[in-house]
Amino acid sequence: MTVLLYSVICAAAATFVVASVARAVRYARSPLHLRWELYPVPHEAPKRVEHGGSYFETSEWWTVPRHFSLVGELRFMIPEMLFLKGLRESNRPLWYRSFPFHFGLYLLACSVMLLLLVALGTIVQLAPTTGGLGPVLHGLAAFAGLSGLALSILGACALLHRRMSDASLRSYTTAGDVFNLLAFVVALGLTGIGYLLRPEGSPGALAVTNGLLSWDTAIIIPGPFAVGLVAAAALVAYIPLTHMSHFIAKYFTYHAVRWDDTPISGNEKKAARLAEYLTYKPTWSAGHIGADGTRTWAEIASSSPAETKR
Amino acid sequence: MKDQTRLSDISRRSNDPLLRLDETDLTPLPIDTPPSHRPLSPSAAPSAGGASYPVDDTRVLTLPKPQTPAEEADLIRAFLSGLEKLFSRENNWTFLQPLLLTMEHCARCHTCSDACHIFEASGGAEIYRPTYRSEVLRRLYFQHVRSGGLLSAWQHGTVELNWPLVARLAELAYRCNLCRRCAQTCPIGADNGLVAHELRKLFSQELGIAPKELHASGSMLQLKVGSSTGMNAAAVKDNVQFIDGEMTEKAGLTVETPWDVEGADVLLIHNAGEILAWPENPGAFGIILNAAGISWTMSSELAGYDSVNYGLWYDDAQFARVALRHAQAAKKLKVKKIVIGECGHAHKSLLVIADRLLTGDLNIPRESFLTVLRDIVMSGRLKLDATRNDFPVTLHDPCNMVRLMGIVEPQREILRAVCPQFREMYPHGVDNYCCGGGSGFAIMSGNTFPDWRAQVSGRKKLQQILDVFSDCLDPTQPKYVCAPCSNCKGQIRDLLAYHDLWERHRIQYGGLVELVVNAMADVRPGFVEWEWR
Repeated sequence: MTVLLYSVICAAAATFVVASVARAVRYARSPLHLRWELYPVPHEAPKRVEHGGSYFETSEWWTVPRHFSLVGELRFMIPEMLFLKGLRESNRPLWYRSFPFHFGLYLLACSVMLLLLVALGTIVQLAPTTGGLGPVLHGLAAFAGLSGLALSILGACALLHRRMSDASLRSYTTAGDVFNLLAFVVALGLTGIGYLLRPEGSPGALAVTNGLLSWDTAIIIPGPFAVGLVAAAALVAYIPLTHMSHFIAKYFTYHAVRWDDTPISGNEKKAARLAEYLTYKPTWSAGHIGADGTRTWAEIASSSPAETKR
Repeated sequence: MKDQTRLSDISRRSNDPLLRLDETDLTPLPIDTPPSHRPLSPSAAPSAGGASYPVDDTRVLTLPKPQTPAEEADLIRAFLSGLEKLFSRENNWTFLQPLLLTMEHCARCHTCSDACHIFEASGGAEIYRPTYRSEVLRRLYFQHVRSGGLLSAWQHGTVELNWPLVARLAELAYRCNLCRRCAQTCPIGADNGLVAHELRKLFSQELGIAPKELHASGSMLQLKVGSSTGMNAAAVKDNVQFIDGEMTEKAGLTVETPWDVEGADVLLIHNAGEILAWPENPGAFGIILNAAGISWTMSSELAGYDSVNYGLWYDDAQFARVALRHAQAAKKLKVKKIVIGECGHAHKSLLVIADRLLTGDLNIPRESFLTVLRDIVMSGRLKLDATRNDFPVTLHDPCNMVRLMGIVEPQREILRAVCPQFREMYPHGVDNYCCGGGSGFAIMSGNTFPDWRAQVSGRKKLQQILDVFSDCLDPTQPKYVCAPCSNCKGQIRDLLAYHDLWERHRIQYGGLVELVVNAMADVRPGFVEWEWR
């Protein structure tokens, strides 16, 4: 049984990583689009960020070095990622539900990281669980894990309630949406119950992590806790297969779309990609395009449209 | 209004509109306005020959009316073919990445709805919700492009694809101003404005369906004769010469527009509509540039004298063709830079969107008139007397220049320098509201579309204007709405006229350069005229 549980956890983690990377690669490999930025762009000079300005506010902007502030981007991104700042400002009722849900997930992720750290420390005998930093980290992991479970379940229930009770959302809600939120409630709920109600002396989260990393199949994990862990693992594997993987999408919607204000002039790499796109042969059917499958984008753009009747 | 419209209604086989707006549904205005000249009533009286499947009481497209199931099937096949192309690299590399991200990650949380001026003004009409048309497209994408089976249907939902859906989706793509205020508030970064843009492209590029004002009398005419106004090079030169004469007389300074000057520092490209509708605008440019000693020229090349690029709103091929001609005109004259006059979408077209199309020596430096004008005003090269503009002035922020380009402060620096009673609307800058005429609406006039524009899409802007002047609505006090964009200016003109606000409250509108010239001490007083036009 323990081997099976370890295998499920490993497979779920691998699925999560592979599916997330595949999704990210798919977006990263999609063609460089025409510029479509949206202001404010936080890597601009701080004075400009205040009012949402851009380098287009500078006379002969192409003669002036561009300002790019990573600090500016981080100042925007950190509150956005941790506290969903934009949602708080634009949709407070939803934020009250969404923030605990997301923050709970962050706490859970932190808990897992801490458990891995402590378990690794034990294995390589750097930080034994019985002394030094180990117990502190373990305590933190337990606190983050339990509060993360509570917040996420609470948030998921609140989101589910909103989706079911708000008439304006009903027409847009699919069975999959309901399932997704229920899956969080059930998987995290089972994990929490299994953990809290396990018999005294039986393995907890750290023992399971230790066992997993050292592939110790001798430990006996209580049935309800094991069921919770399997459900949580399945959820982890499922997330990147759905639109809930917006933690990946958000990188691209911000960095590659909203904030991509790089002029093409002087950017050889981008220019080379664009030169390739201009050789593509579109097949749009409307007469005025004149795309017969043999003409390239460059040829079409250089030509006059055919007169067509509309 | 208790709007019960559902997503599935888009496929309904009924000739009744999905939405019948009543004036009582609309958000109230801060002051009583006279009854509308033409109430929001059924306008899209279906012409003979088949069902038209309207979405509401107006219409901008002329759609085919299939008479037989076979004709319907052909149209649906064409739509599906366009849908596939919209998601293919070869056909839509231009916007594929942001479109995929929006299709695959919208959480349908409706945060964007509250940001949309059309949704708000309509009292929350479901079909105007930014996610309505997007969700229909999303379901079609997963069903037909990703070939989703039962699992996909369960996860993403389904919608019945038939001709009523296709016809309504086409029309719904023109109930969005593409101002992208919704995208600004999306917690994930999804862009429902982009969805409307891409739908327009699908219909134009695959089925040849687009509003005649944008296509036949827009980009096609521009590529044929040089301007969407219909002016060829000879006509535009004649008109500008006439304007020069008028302005010389009016301003008391010699105004002469240079044409086709090789090696000039600046190629100025106006929205040619200004030359016909508001000649004082190109006239004011001439006065300022000459007085400041700028080396400038206009071009008589095809499209070189008209900065509009309607392709931005509906068709990538038309967009690229016009942008290329603008760049070629500048290259031929060997100018140092192109400066775009008071036209928001022309700014975004040539400075931003075309940037990745104009490769090599066609990527000629391009700048907004706002920075040029700001430098002239602040440099002291003009002798200015701000007391000549001592009346309440507010500024409308054109979405294309501000939210979509980040040009926010130069226009304010100018106004603070020349208008002692300058005041801001709320909200403004990158959080502004669209005038309601964006994405070509300002030039669309079929059926009852002007009524819809004045009552629905322009309503939020009207509320802002009335709010900002609420302390001085007395008609003895003239007031000025500065709209440094030709389309916005046309829409604000129509809003003020429709609601009779010039007659009742003396609210005038105009551009930015006119205010600068009005403050020039060397110019005869009274350049800004307090007469309705």
